[in-house]
Amino acid sequence: MKRYQELPIGGVIPGGATPQLVQTGGWRSGKKPVFNEKLCVNCLLCWVHCPEATIVVERSQMRGISYDHCKGCGICSQSCPTGAITMAIELHDDSHRPKSEVSEEVCV
Amino acid sequence: MRVATTHLTLMTGAEAAAHAMRQINPDVVPVYPITPQTPIIETFAQFVADSQCDSEIINVESEHSAMSAAVGASCAGARVITATSSQGLALMLEIVYIAASMRCPIVIAVGSRALSGPINIHCDHSDSMMARDAGCVQIFAENAQEAYDLMIMAQRLAEDRRVLVPVMVMQDGFTITHSAEPVALLPDQTVQEFIGEYEALYPLLDVDHPTTQGPFALPDYYFELKRQQVDALDAARGVWLELQKRFAEISGRRYEGFFEEYKLSDAEYALVILSSTAGTAKVVIDRLRRKGVKVGLLKPWLFRPFPAKEIAQALADKRAIAVLDRAISFGSWGPLYLEISAALGRYLQQKPALYNYIYGLGGRDTPPELIASVVTDMQSGLDPTVLRYLGLRE
Repeated sequence: MKRYQELPIGGVIPGGATPQLVQTGGWRSGKKPVFNEKLCVNCLLCWVHCPEATIVVERSQMRGISYDHCKGCGICSQSCPTGAITMAIELHDDSHRPKSEVSEEVCV
Repeated sequence: MRVATTHLTLMTGAEAAAHAMRQINPDVVPVYPITPQTPIIETFAQFVADSQCDSEIINVESEHSAMSAAVGASCAGARVITATSSQGLALMLEIVYIAASMRCPIVIAVGSRALSGPINIHCDHSDSMMARDAGCVQIFAENAQEAYDLMIMAQRLAEDRRVLVPVMVMQDGFTITHSAEPVALLPDQTVQEFIGEYEALYPLLDVDHPTTQGPFALPDYYFELKRQQVDALDAARGVWLELQKRFAEISGRRYEGFFEEYKLSDAEYALVILSSTAGTAKVVIDRLRRKGVKVGLLKPWLFRPFPAKEIAQALADKRAIAVLDRAISFGSWGPLYLEISAALGRYLQQKPALYNYIYGLGGRDTPPELIASVVTDMQSGLDPTVLRYLGLRE
């Protein structure tokens, strides 16, 4: 952690910051989205609506959910027209909580 | 303060501030009108309409929006000025804190006015004192000339890389904003050379060097960012002293130190007063001096950062000191008194008797006789542990 003399003034983050740099998965409590690939039509509405960097997309294909970033808001399941994302009770076992600052854990 | 005798023009304090803005020619001026600030921006809008400067005026729907637009423009890399009073500053205040924390060098011209309620349009300092912990530099002008000079110095002070915080320049509502006095303006070119080009540290419009600004800062970073603001205000002291020297060279007008001393060095009794009432006090001091009463004045220009050590030194040998406050911290005493009391307590072993008078709330007139009565009170050795009120029916 940097001392105050070492930080850019005013909280500026040179180079820009995106949610990908921040492990917001630790905020999730109660429910988590679960992805069923068989029902997915790759409309990517979940990717459009997700406020974080949670929906993992490769070559325009929905690949899954990053629980390191998912806050459990449920917007993805609400926006999914085919029921491919449903909210499931999440046991409080911490197994899906961020483990490192840059982990890219994906659960499909 | 010596006023140059050449090119004196009759104008109000508001017009003087508007002329400073015209000469500074800021990129963006987001404003919302409010009495008694309105003539500042009214005059400035006329300058823009007449193509005497090319600032972008943004007419917003409230002062909250004015300061929000100011922050956005400042982060983009623009030189920004706005102006307000009273309720306007109160509405703005949420974003003033953000401007300070995001280190936006916005200049805010304030026509001091009482806060509601009851609603009142006249002068006191409750608006600027409300904002004293926001993280801005705060400078009080005594008259129209100072309002003009301090606006120009404020721009340069705000933008110094060692400072980079908003600077508020206060002039008393109506007493100064609406009263005409002779003012010596500097040539436009001289002002431009004094303030120089503004180059933002992290301009958002520099797309080749993207930055994220105003991010969340939780317990892991918030404290460090607040500590940086302490350094910024501390640095403003040194930058202010440098600027005064340069300003004296271009104008012949001297703002030596952090406060004006009027017949203070040999005085037994001292008055401490901000802004226009200090002018009245000088007249009272001249009269009392002719009667042999050794009384002087200390008039702070800077209230934030507060020059505590220098003020304590200047007041150390006085028999008694009276601080006149045009605002009150309910449940406590006057804000200026609290600063002076803390300064004397911190730096002096032997403390002079220190009195506090609340005066002029809501524009209540403070004639010379009332200020003279304060000196009489000090001479008679009244109890300094009692908060007193000037010109109140009680």
